[in-house]
Amino acid sequence: MEQGEQIPELRVTPDRYLPHRYAGASGDFNPIHIDGEFAQQVGLPSTILHGLYTMALVARANTAAAGGDPRSLRRLAVQFRGMGLPEKEIVVRGTVRAAGEGGTLVDTEAEQEGNRIVRNAEAELAI
Amino acid sequence: MAEQSSVVGKSYEPFEYEVGREKIREYAHAVGEENPVHFDPRAAHNAGFHGVVAPPMFAVVYSSGAIAPAMFDPEVGMNFAMMVHGGQEFAWSDLVYAGDTITTTASVLDISKRDDKTFYVFETVSANQDGREVVRGTWTNIERGG
Repeated sequence: MEQGEQIPELRVTPDRYLPHRYAGASGDFNPIHIDGEFAQQVGLPSTILHGLYTMALVARANTAAAGGDPRSLRRLAVQFRGMGLPEKEIVVRGTVRAAGEGGTLVDTEAEQEGNRIVRNAEAELAI
Repeated sequence: MAEQSSVVGKSYEPFEYEVGREKIREYAHAVGEENPVHFDPRAAHNAGFHGVVAPPMFAVVYSSGAIAPAMFDPEVGMNFAMMVHGGQEFAWSDLVYAGDTITTTASVLDISKRDDKTFYVFETVSANQDGREVVRGTWTNIERGG
């Protein structure tokens, strides 16, 4: 990959029950992710996605860009901004900031209907 | 919030987690991992791995038992009603395989105030049964007000 190059976009629409499956898989059963009534009581539009689920999508997009080997993702740093919602498409996009013998740095974002839910993500790839 | 600075540097009991192959499959399925090295032992072998490989972000699964007591420590004193998960970083070393035993130690890295926000930063260091580091995590929580 070369500086300025875009990585392939990853597009995922988590279904309504995805937060339940992610809660079970991760062990994070915070009710804002799995109980719509609770979520609305605390001022949210509906259940919201786990931030670390969205980070996993950012990790997938970068690993795929590096050819799919799980060893290729050396480091990933993200900032969570805004809420991710089920049943709306998430688009992960990235641009190579630097590429050299030490590896490749990719600036990545996850966006959902114009809302940038993961910003300033930096992935370091071993390619 | 008083005395918080004295808790910086505090570390917690190591947490041991045995990685199950079906747990990796469950996690991989939830996050949509399509690479069969994460759920098919034969595919993992054919790709040169000695067992089913955990996806990188599976780190949250084996780290959670270590980070939770740090975040809920009354000496740290986070107000969960006002808290958001602001940022996360992982730096990976050796791969994690089904059957590994991962030991994670959490510590309080930093607590700082900026404007009306307090930033609580925790670190986790995870190593496998051979003592080799597999991942280092930095967890940033932001509390508004206070």
